[in-house]
Amino acid sequence: MFSKILSIVVIMFFSLISFGQKESMALIEGGTYIPLYGSDSMPVNVVDFKIDKYPVTNAEFKEFLEENPKWRKSNVIALFADGNYMRHFKNDTELKEGELQNAPMTNVSWFAAKKYCECQGKRLPTLDEWEYVGMASEKRADARTKDEYNKFILSWYEKPNSYNQEIGSTFKNYWGVYDMHGLVWEWTQDFNSVLISGESRKDVDGSNDLFCGGAAVGSSDLMNYAAFMRYAFRGSIKANYSVRNLGFRCAKSINKPNQ
Amino acid sequence: MNAKDIKAVSEMKAELTAPPFVPKSTADREATKLKVDMEILEETGEMADGVEYVYWTFGGSVPGSFIRTKVGDEVEFTLKNHPDNKLPHNIDLHAVNGPGGGAASSFVAPGHEITFSFKTLNPGLYVYHCATAPVGMHIANGMYGLILVEPEEGLAPVDREYYVMQGDFYTKGEFGEQGEQPFDMQKAIDEDADYVVFNGSVGALTGDGALQAKVGETIRLFVGNGGPNLVSSFHAIGEIFDRVHVEGGDLINENVQTTLIPAGGAAIVEFEVDVPGELVLVDHSIFRAFNKGALAMINVTGEEDKDVFAGTIQEGIYLPEGGTIQSMPSDDEDDAKEETAAVELSKAEKMELGKKVYGSTCFACHQADGQGIENAFPPLANADYLNDDVNRAIDIVLRGKSGEITVNGKTYNSVMTAQNLTDKEVAAVMTYIYNSWDNNGTEVTEEMVRKVRKK
Repeated sequence: MFSKILSIVVIMFFSLISFGQKESMALIEGGTYIPLYGSDSMPVNVVDFKIDKYPVTNAEFKEFLEENPKWRKSNVIALFADGNYMRHFKNDTELKEGELQNAPMTNVSWFAAKKYCECQGKRLPTLDEWEYVGMASEKRADARTKDEYNKFILSWYEKPNSYNQEIGSTFKNYWGVYDMHGLVWEWTQDFNSVLISGESRKDVDGSNDLFCGGAAVGSSDLMNYAAFMRYAFRGSIKANYSVRNLGFRCAKSINKPNQ
Repeated sequence: MNAKDIKAVSEMKAELTAPPFVPKSTADREATKLKVDMEILEETGEMADGVEYVYWTFGGSVPGSFIRTKVGDEVEFTLKNHPDNKLPHNIDLHAVNGPGGGAASSFVAPGHEITFSFKTLNPGLYVYHCATAPVGMHIANGMYGLILVEPEEGLAPVDREYYVMQGDFYTKGEFGEQGEQPFDMQKAIDEDADYVVFNGSVGALTGDGALQAKVGETIRLFVGNGGPNLVSSFHAIGEIFDRVHVEGGDLINENVQTTLIPAGGAAIVEFEVDVPGELVLVDHSIFRAFNKGALAMINVTGEEDKDVFAGTIQEGIYLPEGGTIQSMPSDDEDDAKEETAAVELSKAEKMELGKKVYGSTCFACHQADGQGIENAFPPLANADYLNDDVNRAIDIVLRGKSGEITVNGKTYNSVMTAQNLTDKEVAAVMTYIYNSWDNNGTEVTEEMVRKVRKK
């Protein structure tokens, strides 16, 4: 009897915590999906997790810098952030003229993004998690076969200077997550786990599992093109790179009751 | 000597030029270590009057900067991807002997630069382009240009050299549709081009951008075709190519009317200009020239030579058209286009719209400043025939005209097709014409057009 009461209290306690996170994170129900790399088209399993509804903003990152001075522009170790790090800041604390507080934080290295998430008790999403959430349109969990969805993504990819917009300015997807497409690229934990050689045409041959021939050579399927461009982008960057159009958001695993 | 054994003795920074210009000849220098510094920019430009397009460029122009090297050069190539760019890029130079033409070694993220090197072994004119996935899209957005590898002694000196490169473009809206037009991947896959242009946009090489030459000069054109899809039937209306370096290589063909330039290929064409006037460069897949923009001009000035050309222009046999859909002259009144009642435009608005309509419909024949082409297309500038009778002029636009007419004392016997324009467009374009080039300043109203249409 006593233990039953305790467990109810514990449940209430947990639900309070999760209520706090409800504000900023969306719950993603796991499932399997077939990613667009790999010649064997192996389905990938994604377990339930949470992801930030919005990319991390300039203002949020500034708060992080106040508490973590060693990640400021003037202090950061070159190994962890290249010369473009925080390029849109005048100094350690102030944005340049015309930059929006509430726009996604960019010019940020993978190391800095990872540290930011850790300080929030979170982590970067895995590539598979990100792609899984990224498949969703406003209405569907997987909209990759929809023409309009793919056209939206492709037209964004070729539009310059979309980074300086407020978060939430693009669509809210099936999971309640904003700005997966249309604002900035986003870091993932294992962004370079799919290696591409830099010569994307070569990646179509049989000796290489990447950018399988079915997708790159024979396909006229728009959805592959949108994904190719993400993989090509990821293939071009290194963890210390800071890029004007590259931001991030954090994710969190869901603790199993017995952990 | 084998090109591989040529030693580069010195070092220099490569001169890069935006089209239509080319760097100076390499004939006077030894093989060298040539430092090429190229920046990739993604930026909005104008595809046609009032049509915006986001170009991806090598060096800020389409085609990209011209690179001039010679056999034996050791090229040290630095590719910079501007920090504001959204995408990674690379470069595949067809002049390179090596995997991917340098593509694998030059893959570079936004905000970064990369340096690689190669030795030029084979003389010729070569295309370079971006080869990042999806390759077709990068090329379709303008990522191509030319690199010349001159033979040891250099190319023979000529009076003028120019850089012209064809490309096909695929936009969400049809040809001429105003505003920002995004790339259309499906049309690109279907090879259904909305624009086929020289040097990146409609009219890049006409009007103020026309190439210049003088009678008696020898002209060399470095002509490339970026594609991504279409093969060019490159032709100069009113000129025969004296020499063509076929496909940009060693083979020289002489006395060529039209030379085929494959997508991802090039040719060097040379000709002496014999008479004054305007030479028109076209892709002789001719609807591309008159309806999709593949048209450029060479303005030749100097003394006439009646022995070479007595004044009967054969090119009049075309029925050159503008971008508007046209029909042959007709007395049929059923053609009248349904018109929705709308507010008459102000004169300023008419001038603005009229200029655009002129650019897409009239300009191919009547020319940028209304001067026409002598003996073929009558002038509109300061033209008595036009100024004498506005209703007759409206009628010709609506129903076309064939047979002999006299304009400013000269006789023309040609065909103008009926133009498929709305009353609003006719009023605008005619107001524009009447208020340009010393004409009498008549303002044409939609009502006037309607009356003539109902006649």
